[in-house]
This record gives sequence, structure tokens and C-alpha cells, in this order.
Amino acid sequence: MLLSKTVHDVARLINETFHWSCIAPLKGKPVRIKATVTEMVRTGYNSIPIVSVISFFVGIILALQAAYQLKRFGALIYVANLVGVSITRELGPILTAIIVSGRSGSAFAAEIGSMKAAEEIDALTSMGINPIRFLVVPKLFALMIMLPALTVVSDFIGIFGGFALSVTLLELHPQSYIQQTLDALLVKDIMTGLIKAWAFGIGITIVGAYQGFQVRGGAEEVGQRTTASVVASIFLVIVFDLFFTTLFYYFT
Amino acid sequence: MKADTAIEVRNLVTHYGDRAILKDISFSIPKGKTTVILGGSGCGKSTLLKHLIGLLKPTSGNIFINDRDIALMDETALNDMRKKIGILFQGAALLNSLTIAENVALPIREHTKLEKSTVDIMVRMKLDLVNLSGFEHFYPAQLSGGMKKRAGIARAMALDPEILYFDEPSAGLDPVTAAGLDELIIKLRDVFRMTIVVVTHELPSVFMIADHVIMLDAGNVLFSGPLAELTASDHPKIRRFLERKAEEESENPEDYLKIIAGE
Repeated sequence: MLLSKTVHDVARLINETFHWSCIAPLKGKPVRIKATVTEMVRTGYNSIPIVSVISFFVGIILALQAAYQLKRFGALIYVANLVGVSITRELGPILTAIIVSGRSGSAFAAEIGSMKAAEEIDALTSMGINPIRFLVVPKLFALMIMLPALTVVSDFIGIFGGFALSVTLLELHPQSYIQQTLDALLVKDIMTGLIKAWAFGIGITIVGAYQGFQVRGGAEEVGQRTTASVVASIFLVIVFDLFFTTLFYYFT
Repeated sequence: MKADTAIEVRNLVTHYGDRAILKDISFSIPKGKTTVILGGSGCGKSTLLKHLIGLLKPTSGNIFINDRDIALMDETALNDMRKKIGILFQGAALLNSLTIAENVALPIREHTKLEKSTVDIMVRMKLDLVNLSGFEHFYPAQLSGGMKKRAGIARAMALDPEILYFDEPSAGLDPVTAAGLDELIIKLRDVFRMTIVVVTHELPSVFMIADHVIMLDAGNVLFSGPLAELTASDHPKIRRFLERKAEEESENPEDYLKIIAGE
């Protein structure tokens, strides 16, 4: 009963979001550009510092962990390959997605949830304004654009973190480290990461919006739903990641 | 449907989960007058109002506005109908992320292609109507409860609706502010000839604004008619409501003991 209701509600939300983001714009109901830009600044631009710092640290950690094994074989230069490939294929997208889940997924749930509790959603509907179009679609486009963009930032800074450690502590030559990284990276490594990031963006928006719209009562429930949205979106990000990684393993 | 009827409800039945809220009610609301929907807490007043604007779909029954059944409408037709209806929610429900002027401009911007300067003039007119000139750039959180409600009225009036709904307009306001709001409602009816529907349980307000009264009791219509008939009625439940008497104790002490013992 509960599961079927959840499936029904989520399916309806996805269906309506798809309608208002893909079909309605063709029929003269455009996406709200200004709101989308505002959301892009809020979810993307404002996340750059935290994404950068975390990616930098993870780049260092990854280089250290790789060196721990590789130095026994005297193959320290392969730190560059390991850092480059694992950041672009895996850690860049997933770290970014987890940070954005915590920052923006929860913010979506809290915003929509408190609007629901204060009858603001009902007010929008009663003015003939569809809440999905008004609230969810700008957030969806913002994350679909900004999550891949943040992932590019994360890729660069993460690799730079590995580079910074390698040329200082591991005493690798900067020139050869850069050359080694460029040789190791394939365009498809970066592309698969960006495709993942795009899908994570959709997942985070839908989860945040779903939890927000589920609020029936007051402020306390908004808090519960916000927490639930973070847990659910991180879980969903991992599931998506598993799916796409398997897919790319066999088909690229 | 008669020519002087704005809204007609026929055999409306609604449920909240499995619990029946409105049990087969029928009534009509006259055009150009103030109709008050009256009743105790939990009798289904607010639920009824949400059905009258299509926020909730009834289990069965019809709701006719301008001879069209909104219970059968799809979302597009319903949105067209909603442009002719304004509603003031209990907590005003202004969008907190927008200023007062942006809130009032929102329905105009969404539904018309007017230029910004025209929209600005319309917004100033609406705000002046509710005595909120000069508060355009304030955010809802910076206003008092009474001012928020007046801003809510300005937003509800933005598209010059034919019908205006009020959900508990005096809830949470002091008597003076509440009376000010009642005077505004009377002004709107007299000046704009709008059909006004007010859901409330505040008696002083009822006597001041009502032309027509619909009284609900436990999901049924107890009374529907002009205000004078209501005050003259000798139905025991109506008298109790008008004279502010508590419900009579229906249980005797032995029954009460059985209830608390869980038998």
C-alpha cells in the first residue's frame, strides 16, 4: 500500500516534470530562464569553494594511497594514471553529487516543504500557476547544467591535488607527471564521468522535490523530509553510479 | 442554474482517506453578494473551499461555476477558470522569497503579456486599494499579520476576478484589525460587485459582512439562506452556535467510566 503509493507519487512527479521541461516549452509555455539562472548560481556557483577544497584533499589522499602500493614496485610515476583515471571516471562525479545532495537536494526539500506547509503551493495552484513548472523545472535545468560543470571543476582540482603531492612529497618531475596524466586520460573517461553527473543531477532534483511535496503538516515534518531527502539522494546517486559504471564497463 | 447564482454545489461528497468530510451537500451561492460559510472547527469548511477552487477533487457530486462543472474539468480548463477566482488563504500564503510587489505582479506576469510598466501601475493600484501603498519593496516576513492578509487580498484581486474567496480572514488578528478587514470586504463587494465567499467562525464578522449564510455541521448543511433568517431560526444547534453555548454533555457518568476503562 505504502510502496505502491510512493511509486505512484514519484511516477507522477517524474511525468509532470518531464511534461513541463520538455513538452510544454514546445507549446509556448517556456521554462523560466531567470529562475533557472538564480538556481544555477545557488546550486552551482556557490558550491565551487567546497567542491574545490574537498576535491583537492581527495586528490592528495588518492596520490598517497597509490604511492603506498606503487613505490614497492618502483612505479611511482603511475600515481598520475591512477589519480587521473579514478578522479575523472569515478570520484569527481560522485564527490560533487554527494556535496550537491547535501547542499541543494536538502535545500529543495526544505524550500518546497515549507511552501507546502504555509499553503504557498496551494496559492500557486489557485493562481493557475503549476508548482512543478514554477519550482521544480528551474531546479532541474540548473542541476542538469551545473552538476557536470562542477564535475569538471572537481576533475581539474582533484588532479591538481594529486599533482601537488606528487611533485613535492613524492619528488616526481612536474613535466613527466603532466605528460603521464595526459597519456593516461581518454576522452571517454571524462565523458562517462560527465554523463553520470548529469544523471545524478536529475536524481537529486526529483528526490528533493518529491520529499518537499510530501510534507503534509508543519515545520517538524519539513525537517524530517529534508533529512530523508539527503539520505535518499545519496543512496540514489550510488545506485545510479553502479548502473552507469556497469553500463560503461561493457559498452565503451 | 438560475441567473443570479454564481456557484452551485450539488450532492457533493468528499473523503479524507476513508473518513467522510462532506456528506452529500447541496447549496447555491448568489452572485454579487457576500456569502459566509459558517460552522464549528472541523466541520469541513476549509475542505469545501478547497473544492470550490479545484485544489481537491470530490469523491462524487458537481460544482458549477458559471454553468461549468469544475469537478469534471482537466487542468488546463481549471487554470482558465482559476483566473476568474481569487483566494485569500488563512496565513495569506504570500511567497516569502518575493517582495510584496512581486507577489501581486506574479499572476499578472504569468497570465498576461503586459509590459513591465503597465504591470507596475496595476500592482500599485491593487496595493493602494488595500492601503498598502509604500510597502512594495517589503518582504512578507517584514509585515504584520493584518498587512500580510491585505497584501494577500491585493494578490487575489490582481486579475480582477469575478469571485473572491476568503479562508478565515480574521484568524489570528486582533479585533480592530479584523474589523478593518471586514470593512475592506464590504468595500470590495459594493465597489466591484464581486461575489464574495467567506469561510469563518467569527460571529461579529458574520453579522457585519454576511448577506447570505450557509451553516455546516459535521459535513451536512444545517442552514442556507439570508442572514435575517439565520438570526430568526430556532433550530437548537443554530441557537447554540449564535449564543456561544458549549455542546451538551451526551454521556452519563457510567458511560464515561466505560470509555476511560477502554471497554
